[in-house]
Amino acid sequence: MSTTEKVGGKVATYVDDRVGSNRFLGRNLKKVFPDHWSFMLGEIALYSFIIVLLTGVFLTLFYKPSMVEVVYNGSYVPLKGIYMSEAYASTLDISFDVRGGLLIRQMHHWAALLFIAAMAVHMFRVFFTGAFRKPREFNWVIGIGLITLGLGAGFSGYSLPDDLLSGTGLQIARGIVQAIPVVGTWGAFLLFDGQFPGTEFISRLYGVHILLIPGLILALVTVHLMMVWTQKHTQFPGEGRTNDNVVGYPLMPIYMAKAGGFFFVVFGVTALIGGLVTINPIWIFGPYTPDQVGAGSQPDWYIGWLDGALRIFPNIEMVIFGYTISWNIFIPAVIVPGIVFTVAALYPFLEAWVTGDKRDHNLLDRPRNAPTRTGIGVMAITFYLLLFIGGGNDIIAITFDLSINSIIWFLRIAVIVLPPIAFLVTRRICIGLQRKDREKLLHGYESGRILRLPHGEFIEVHEPLTPKERAVLESAIESYRAPLPAPEKVDANGVKNKRYRIDVIRYKLSRWFYADDIVPPSRAEIEAGQAHVSHDAALEAPLHEHDVKDTVMVPFHGGILHTEGEPATNREQLEERGGTLQ
Amino acid sequence: MSDLTTRDSASTPDHGHGDVPADDLARPLYRGPGGLPAADVPHRPRRSDIDPKAARRVERQVAALFLVSMLMVVLFVAAYVAIDPQAEIYIPLFGEVGFQNFALGLTFGLGVFCIGAGAIQWAKKLMPDVEVVQERHSLASTPHEDVEAAEQYERGKEESGFAQYKIIRRTLIAALALFPIPLVVLLRDLWTPKNGSFGPSPVELLSETAWTTDMPIVTDGTYVKLRPEDIPVGGLVSALPENIMEIQEEEHNLNARGKAAIILVRMEPDEIRAQQGDGWDYQGILAYSKICTHVGCPIALYEHRTHHLLCPCHQSTFDLADAGNVVFGPAARRMPQLPIGVDEEGFLVAKAPFAEPVGPSFWERG
Repeated sequence: MSTTEKVGGKVATYVDDRVGSNRFLGRNLKKVFPDHWSFMLGEIALYSFIIVLLTGVFLTLFYKPSMVEVVYNGSYVPLKGIYMSEAYASTLDISFDVRGGLLIRQMHHWAALLFIAAMAVHMFRVFFTGAFRKPREFNWVIGIGLITLGLGAGFSGYSLPDDLLSGTGLQIARGIVQAIPVVGTWGAFLLFDGQFPGTEFISRLYGVHILLIPGLILALVTVHLMMVWTQKHTQFPGEGRTNDNVVGYPLMPIYMAKAGGFFFVVFGVTALIGGLVTINPIWIFGPYTPDQVGAGSQPDWYIGWLDGALRIFPNIEMVIFGYTISWNIFIPAVIVPGIVFTVAALYPFLEAWVTGDKRDHNLLDRPRNAPTRTGIGVMAITFYLLLFIGGGNDIIAITFDLSINSIIWFLRIAVIVLPPIAFLVTRRICIGLQRKDREKLLHGYESGRILRLPHGEFIEVHEPLTPKERAVLESAIESYRAPLPAPEKVDANGVKNKRYRIDVIRYKLSRWFYADDIVPPSRAEIEAGQAHVSHDAALEAPLHEHDVKDTVMVPFHGGILHTEGEPATNREQLEERGGTLQ
Repeated sequence: MSDLTTRDSASTPDHGHGDVPADDLARPLYRGPGGLPAADVPHRPRRSDIDPKAARRVERQVAALFLVSMLMVVLFVAAYVAIDPQAEIYIPLFGEVGFQNFALGLTFGLGVFCIGAGAIQWAKKLMPDVEVVQERHSLASTPHEDVEAAEQYERGKEESGFAQYKIIRRTLIAALALFPIPLVVLLRDLWTPKNGSFGPSPVELLSETAWTTDMPIVTDGTYVKLRPEDIPVGGLVSALPENIMEIQEEEHNLNARGKAAIILVRMEPDEIRAQQGDGWDYQGILAYSKICTHVGCPIALYEHRTHHLLCPCHQSTFDLADAGNVVFGPAARRMPQLPIGVDEEGFLVAKAPFAEPVGPSFWERG
């Protein structure tokens, strides 16, 4: 035992006497997490958030959230002597006069983009694998809250430098607030302390950006992770993996090294990008003034879809009893995102209600085994992408020499027509894949080899599935659920069903959700099918010379005995030595 | 481990995978990392498991990565101190970049990255890669715990008399419903009164601009008065009221600019199909608000053959030869026109203020 460990042990005892930490450590250091590349998406989101916090603290030391006009007198020559807000001047100072300031500012921006991107992709991973199902619905809702806050954090940060581009973003935001019926005008005056741009908004936004939103994100992230810890991570179906166990590696030491190392990798990559790739070169745009704008103004990527909605919405405005309702702004900028985020947050509960599924789900669905859900997800992505394209319609028009009017008209129609088509196509593809899986489970692989039997019959040899493939394909049994039975107006005891109408809706939705799914074969059928396939293969056996495998038993420092050559299960290795696995 | 287990091993909770019972000596072989039962899945040993040379090679790789990290920290400090912040350097693919920023990003990034890469390589090649199993347990409370919680709640309700004292209950609920009101009222002065008075209402502020009758028109940027002959046919000039710089002396003039900005365009008089008022042009020169009626971006993309004005933010298109009406895009209202003429010295002036509010719509606009 080294001196460091002795000291560490004493510290552990000291702390444990006061908070009982060893009980926690003893239980949790060996906590098992399953391994899969897609589980790292959430990790990337967490790490990039930490990077944003660290770099953000550095930026606060130099940035001045003030709209007071000053004359710039820093090292960036083209802007010398120009009137600008203190906010913009201090951002220029960070970029040109603080050594390493530009690096940190660019890391902050890149990490923020990465944070939101990682959250979005993580969300789709969770969606398509059904990881949001019971018992993890709350964590899904928290996740949607985190994405919403992430958008707010991004937009508020983007607006702080007070350059021409960010000010234009604020002008649009003000226009949107003003379009909210009844309260919009007053809302805008309260937020901006009067007219646009006023003198207070940047300092107000600053408080929101560095305290309110990050505080909320930090709180929600903490709950999010505690829930993952308590509920244990979901896992993909595979050999030895069931709904009631976790197969993977323990926290100490493997995940400490892997996840800790991955934090440094994300940090390092962000720093490399921040040093090598320019982002948001605010010095090119110049200070904000409300009567100027640059062509090709583009928001950061995550706002693009909202900007796109604003761009493609038809120009409907109404005057009723002397009051103006700007549907052309209110619907795309307030109603549409409101519906999108609300439906997203409620989805787990909607699906659970429609399907009547009350089971715990710790084993993930393969997307094909939930064709309707996968279809809905692809439909949402299609909708998002079309709006995102709308957000860049001017860039597309210029790049591809297209008419901007044609693009907008295409998008206006496509945003209604294409998502349902995407839904139907995806669903059919999933069902096709399910059919293929069923075929494989029952009949194995088609080998393409034709065998003539002694009595003259020709057969095609089918090969059995490997245990790994079989375990994955068999997960269709766990995923499959029959539609709900039709409700009855009067039950067996003659009592009238008061909820009959609702039950009928639910029954129909449930049929829509499940009715076209391919029923997976039962375990007995699979067993019989695979045995038959093995029989086929056995007929072929005399044709093959078996390779004599070079088998070496290798003791392993973790205590497991390895067999070199073909991988063997632990059970097989044990049974070879005359034991049994408990 | 150290004191963690030796100090008081009797109280160490045993979850079934702790100490190996004496009669179970066959099993430890089948335990994976963390002392947990190995999963029943095929496992192929890695080179570093069976070849001590390979394991040593990995050991050297990991240490080398950590060494590189240290080296990068030294280089980072050197770059911070030694490189001139203004110096530029040509890097293939990246072009002309700030030398110091480039060097700091490279050294810091690689330094941090190598720590991560080393740790991951260590975990993947030297730490055990046998998958282990842990059981899940239902998170739901036991029926006994359910009952206990319900009993505790009922007892508390009983003891507080919450159900019994109707009037307390109702007044409490009412008081709690009212208590957020001060928190909301406090937000009123987010729009702060200036010198003790609130001044004009939002509607008045949104409806007025700095334009008054006979206000001379000056160019944006150089602030010189304009004569009709300064604007060629097909040309576009961004302009402001002459007093805009006086407003600047009080505070800043961005609020006024955001409303008063106009564009002047000139076309052949017979090309003008319609205007918002009779004779609001001057010899084919038309003045329109520069602030988009959609969400307020300044507009200056003008296509002089079609007389279309295109907003760079959301592509609303207005026809300036046709009274500034919307041709396409998300904007619902035409661009407000400013009636113009010339004063006795021949400078362009506004003949009247805007007849309608400029910029984005708002509820009370009507």
